[in-house]
Amino acid sequence: MIVAERKPFNEILAMVEPFEKILVIGCKTCVTVCSAGGEKEVGILSASLDMARKKEGKGIEIKEVTLERQCDPEYLEQIRGYVGEYQAILSMACGAGVQFMAETYKEKPVYPTLNTKFIGVALEQGVWSERCAGCGDCVLDKTGGICPIARCSKSLLNGPCGGSVNGKCEIDSEVECGWQLIYDRLKALGQLDKLEEIIPVKDWSSSRDGGPRRIVREDLRL
Amino acid sequence: MSEFEPEIIAFCCHYCAYTAADLAGSMRINYPPNVKIVKLLCTGKVDVLYLLKAFQAGADGVYVAGCLEGECHFLEGNLRAKKRVERTKMILEEIGIGGERVEMYNLSAAEGIRFAEIAKEMTERIRNLGPNPIKGGVGRKE
Repeated sequence: MIVAERKPFNEILAMVEPFEKILVIGCKTCVTVCSAGGEKEVGILSASLDMARKKEGKGIEIKEVTLERQCDPEYLEQIRGYVGEYQAILSMACGAGVQFMAETYKEKPVYPTLNTKFIGVALEQGVWSERCAGCGDCVLDKTGGICPIARCSKSLLNGPCGGSVNGKCEIDSEVECGWQLIYDRLKALGQLDKLEEIIPVKDWSSSRDGGPRRIVREDLRL
Repeated sequence: MSEFEPEIIAFCCHYCAYTAADLAGSMRINYPPNVKIVKLLCTGKVDVLYLLKAFQAGADGVYVAGCLEGECHFLEGNLRAKKRVERTKMILEEIGIGGERVEMYNLSAAEGIRFAEIAKEMTERIRNLGPNPIKGGVGRKE
């Protein structure tokens, strides 16, 4: 899932300072699962904004909505009937959702309430960890199912480097060395010979280096 | 300040604090009428949003009263509630209401006297803090 984290409250309060009537819109997908921007978080943010503004003596009218997704046009359409009645939109989606909301309602100021962090997994309730960097050319088949791009701090394709100490990364003794994980996993699988293969220089044009990415599937288009 | 009578909501666990409140009644112990009880089957049901909504609706103080640590009927509901109360304190600080207006207490069903003490303690604390700032200086309506 895409993992995000709520922005500091004062930052959000400052964004809505000029407004008296706003929409706070959550997203029921990734950010619900990572407890950053789902229905409950919409409730908490709205209650907080309402109280902070009442305390300042200038109330704010807030409508709470949580859409199925903010990255698909049909769900964004669901608010079209009443969006005109509000001065601004606070989106509790990831960066993609915020932008798609802004693209859909061009005349309406749209503000982010989350910092989108990474594509990751829930290690346990309340703990999330990065797993994928979205490089666009997966190498997990060569590395025992552990990503050297996302898990190695240097994104080395032929690691580990000299900074690997007792299985930990030199950047932080709490961070595991991605290449140590890869080695251990390949050893357990009996595939250590895979380490003999030198992974060639990666073509980063499939990643961010190639500019904004886009996929077109003609078979799916209507 | 002498005019101000705080409005306090107490989220009480059925297995301890609520029963202790009952016991306080049976023992004819007085406790302040400022405290209004919401009974829960376990304080593990408490959510940050419940606590915030109470303040948003005008409560001057809110507390959660659960079983003694290690004695939750559902094992660790009270420990979860404790974390949520801590989180709520943080949010209340951020929005300028003040984290000291919310508190977590632990007691057993046999502690009727303690229940009354907690009610008095919290009422005094909130009386000293004054009304919930979102209400513009209005306390409990008689």
